[in-house]
Amino acid sequence: MRDVAVIGVGINKWGELWEHSLRDIYVDAALKAIDDAGVDHIDSMYVGCMSSGLFVAQEHLSSLLSDYMGMSGIPTTRVESACASGGLAIRSAFLEVASGMSEIVLAGGVEKMNDVDGGGATYALATAADQEYEAYNGVTFPGLYALIARAHMEKYGTTREQMAHVAVKNHANGALNPEAQFPMKITLDTVLNSVAVADPLRLMDCSPVTDGAAAVIVCSLEMAKKLGKNAPVRIAGSGMGTDTIALHSRSDMTFLNSTAVAAEKAYAMAGGVGPRDIDVTEVHDCFTIAEICVTEALGYFEKGQGGPAAASGATARDGQFPINTSGGLKSKGHPVGATGTAQVVEIVKQLRGEAGDRQIKGAKRGLTQNMGGTGGSSVVHILEAD
Amino acid sequence: MTVGIIGYGAYIPLHRIKVEEIAKVWGADAPSYKRGLMLEEKSVPAPDQDVITMSVEAARKALKRAKIDPKEIGNIYIGSESHPYAVKPSGTVVAEAIGATPEIHCADFEFACKAGSESMFVSYGLVKAGLVKYGLGIGADTSQGAPGDALEYSASAGAAAYLFGKENILATVDETCSFMTDTPDFWRREYQFYPRHGGRFTGEPAYFKHVLGASNLLLEKSGLKPSDFRWAVFHQPNGKFPMRAGKKLGFKEEQMKQGWLVPKLGNTYSGASPLGLTAILDVAKPGDKIFMCSYGSGAGSDGFVFTVQDKILEVQDAATKTWDQLNKAKYLEYGAYAKFRGKINKLEEV
Amino acid sequence: MTTARYWRETPQRFRLEAGRCKKCGKVFFPPRLICDACKHREFETVKLQDEGEILSYTVIHTPPSNFSDEAPYAIGVVRLGGEVNILTQIVDCDFDELKVGGKVRVEFRLIQEDGKSGVLQYGYKCVPA
Repeated sequence: MRDVAVIGVGINKWGELWEHSLRDIYVDAALKAIDDAGVDHIDSMYVGCMSSGLFVAQEHLSSLLSDYMGMSGIPTTRVESACASGGLAIRSAFLEVASGMSEIVLAGGVEKMNDVDGGGATYALATAADQEYEAYNGVTFPGLYALIARAHMEKYGTTREQMAHVAVKNHANGALNPEAQFPMKITLDTVLNSVAVADPLRLMDCSPVTDGAAAVIVCSLEMAKKLGKNAPVRIAGSGMGTDTIALHSRSDMTFLNSTAVAAEKAYAMAGGVGPRDIDVTEVHDCFTIAEICVTEALGYFEKGQGGPAAASGATARDGQFPINTSGGLKSKGHPVGATGTAQVVEIVKQLRGEAGDRQIKGAKRGLTQNMGGTGGSSVVHILEAD
Repeated sequence: MTVGIIGYGAYIPLHRIKVEEIAKVWGADAPSYKRGLMLEEKSVPAPDQDVITMSVEAARKALKRAKIDPKEIGNIYIGSESHPYAVKPSGTVVAEAIGATPEIHCADFEFACKAGSESMFVSYGLVKAGLVKYGLGIGADTSQGAPGDALEYSASAGAAAYLFGKENILATVDETCSFMTDTPDFWRREYQFYPRHGGRFTGEPAYFKHVLGASNLLLEKSGLKPSDFRWAVFHQPNGKFPMRAGKKLGFKEEQMKQGWLVPKLGNTYSGASPLGLTAILDVAKPGDKIFMCSYGSGAGSDGFVFTVQDKILEVQDAATKTWDQLNKAKYLEYGAYAKFRGKINKLEEV
Repeated sequence: MTTARYWRETPQRFRLEAGRCKKCGKVFFPPRLICDACKHREFETVKLQDEGEILSYTVIHTPPSNFSDEAPYAIGVVRLGGEVNILTQIVDCDFDELKVGGKVRVEFRLIQEDGKSGVLQYGYKCVPA
């Protein structure tokens, strides 16, 4: 397999983008990535999108988006893995370049969620769960993560306060991110007293509904050099794992096995690195408890220690493991198909030294963890710079 | 040959609403309603409960007592005036849920409050005729009373299920009768949500004429006197009517008390006398004779004479008893009750 | 929701029918075509027990569109007969009665309606035992 570099990134300001359709949002971010890369063509494209069919009654994104990119004719593949669609798009692009099949590939993620109402969005998101044995009985995504939270609290003594610290920390980071949907600080009290969504999760434990897109351009290291990119960021490791679709099928509801499997593969591919070698991380905090569980599955903290670690500041920008400098899904927003791609955009910026006030000094190696449903699938990437 | 009840089960939903709570909303005088109707409160089905769900639970309890293979049940009849579908029998869903399909005869019955005793009557008949090995007859309702109408105080929900057979009999069916005329005392037209009734016309010319008519016929056919019976149960649209009818026939309050569920349960329509009978069977002793007379508006009554057998002592505790279910209650305010019963006008779905 | 997709799951939703792997004995609900433990492909039909205990629970305040009138309602992961987990609503109980380890039993209830004119969709819920 060839070495793969990331030579361009693009992201738009996320939020309720009433004036912009799905195709507008995608093309905007993709063109930003193309401009950032300075390429005059791309060989192929991957689009991550969870549910354009349910949100905007549109499928066949391969045709639609290559058309609206002005590139009809190029091979384009839409990939879907619920909320891990964006990360999967990047993995697919990585594999196409690493295998030697293509030289320059664009991986974009997009979701347009606000054209349906709250109940409609909840319904669409619930298709990431087991339709017949979870969603049929009336559970929602907040509900499923609430079940994980309750189990985690019961098993390890994790508290609502510890979970709330995750939201506070992510907003503190997001306040410094001009593209974030909610770039403002919040207090612990605000989180703890926000309106109930699914016990024990409150509104501020949950990532929002968002319209947005992000894109990256990957190419072979050789091509990057030809294009005059000195020391570009490289994708050093890529891993993917799956787990049972239904939360209740797992022997331990508190452990995200798909993330552990994906991370193991990515660590190995990146040369046998481990948590201590990672300078900056973006994880899938769809709910505060998710970030806690992910840190345990990545091996950053022992099982059951993710809560105390979050409360202690270990995951703040000045902590041992800075996590979600972008603001995470909570503050930055969560257009589900775009999230995984945006995580890589943030890490690339960090590794290039372009993260502004959010910059982790001297960051040389970063990790992104993206996951679908209640962890039915996970994609982990490790990126490096010189 | 002898045919009788081989299994029985009752299901009463958890929620209740008191007469005072309803009266408060409509500016009515609660004490006079309580006195006049001899009624304190009634059961309320939750939005996820209907005739089908309650029938399944009642039938499962009957199976617990009968201990037979559901695949050998030859018929399922459910009598109700609140079947969830106008076209598609409640019985198919219930039969599927208890594992009785596919070799089973099914029909939904309707005759206002008498539909439950009808399913029992016909199930018993099929077993007696040798057409089926076991027959399942259920009476269940979640009927509605129009807001502010007298019937709103009493229209409630519940289900009773009976299995009939020839072996391991809990109570033999010794005599039956049926007495029916065309009497328009209470009805509901197709596509109407609430029923209507003839006020005081529902009393003497309707309820009493048919209950007394059927009961006297039954006593005559069986050659028995009220004092030959240990227990008696009548259709109970309110607390007053069954007591008055029973006493007129010569029964004593003490014989009727056990099956007189209505003051706490309300009127479960097709479930009414069948549920009263389950409460009696829960405590009956071998040798006891039971007198049952149902009533359905429109109008008619079915009568049964049962004699309790030894086997009953083995099964009374096999499933939750009726008074135990009745005594387990969670009270609602009128708003929650109106929401549960779909009485609140929401935006029409388009 | 199509009527066929609802009807197909009836044996599971109405009668808790599961599949037991003939080789290693693992029980699957719903039944599968291949055992994930031993990869065997033959199963026998078994019924799950209707009593169990709560492994985790939550109360949903923001329902999806097809459950909009029901909020708030409780959902739990329940282990039936010590063998198989299901996800189910927990009804007829006060929310403060819910606890991990709580004993429940299965009842047949209406789960969803396909609008005012569509098929009524039944299934399992749990009530406190």
